[in-house]
Amino acid sequence: MTAFLLQYLPIVIFLGVAVAIGLVFMVGALVVAPSAPDAEKLSAYECGFPAFEDSRMKFDVRFYLVSILFIIFDLEVAFLFPWAVTLMKMPHGAQIFAFTSMMVFLADLTLGYVYVWKKGALEWE
Amino acid sequence: MIQALAFYVMAAVTVLAALAVVGARNPVHSVLFLITAFFSAAGLFVLLGAEFLAMLLVVVYVGAVAVLFLFVVMMLDIDFAKLKAGFAQYLPIGGLVGGILATEMILVALAVGREGAAAKNALPDANAGGASNIEAIGQVLYTDYSYFFEAAGLILLVAMIGAIVLTLRHKPHVKRQDIGAQVARTPKKGMEVVQIKPGSGVEL
Repeated sequence: MTAFLLQYLPIVIFLGVAVAIGLVFMVGALVVAPSAPDAEKLSAYECGFPAFEDSRMKFDVRFYLVSILFIIFDLEVAFLFPWAVTLMKMPHGAQIFAFTSMMVFLADLTLGYVYVWKKGALEWE
Repeated sequence: MIQALAFYVMAAVTVLAALAVVGARNPVHSVLFLITAFFSAAGLFVLLGAEFLAMLLVVVYVGAVAVLFLFVVMMLDIDFAKLKAGFAQYLPIGGLVGGILATEMILVALAVGREGAAAKNALPDANAGGASNIEAIGQVLYTDYSYFFEAAGLILLVAMIGAIVLTLRHKPHVKRQDIGAQVARTPKKGMEVVQIKPGSGVEL
């Protein structure tokens, strides 16, 4: 178990370096940079004018559709990884069964994909 | 020793980030805290030896679900005054659900404390027999658990169709590309020569 976790040591070191560099720049900016805040510096000037309303607005629901289709195909690919790694290491009978079950799974999702395509959900009007 | 330290750090980050998800005033910040919680949960999976699940958590939850949540948050009209008003109204039912969940968790924790977590049914080693975690999953997922695997496929199919049925609205009068029709267009179909008598209009 420890040997297994030691494989993750580079990632931990990497994260540590990333955090350290991030902190150095933030603290350095706080310490070194000149700071003379003034309300006028942030206000609209010359031909600018104060905003009439909130700049936030509702997103179109189609972004949500694209995002949910992305999740579904993301999961489909995630299921392919263990299959690709183990298929050739299985005994012959199990291999055929595993291959068939994956093909049925892919056929399901391809059916959905054809539906999505024919409905025009991938088109941005 | 370091393992225990890593566990406590990541568990604490997970719990604190989860609290911040509920407590943050800005919903976008809530989603960002949720991403932090996902990352530290992935770290906890790695500590258990479940590498594949950890990577999947990062790819699917951080990469896709968090984006989906951000879109949902941005789709909603965020009115803080209205949110505040809802708080008191939803407090009883929210408290009830939270109370039931807390009671269940305390009961489970007490049972685990008395009986031991996996004393009878020992936790299987995620990397048993030299096979990596992903191989251990692949060996059983497509054969022994193929029904569940196919059910997952069908659920994904239903989700896809459901999302389209619920959200897809085509605007009328939008000109889309129809490559077949565009390529098949000839001068004969596109043009018409009309003889017009003087003084009369033309009907097309």
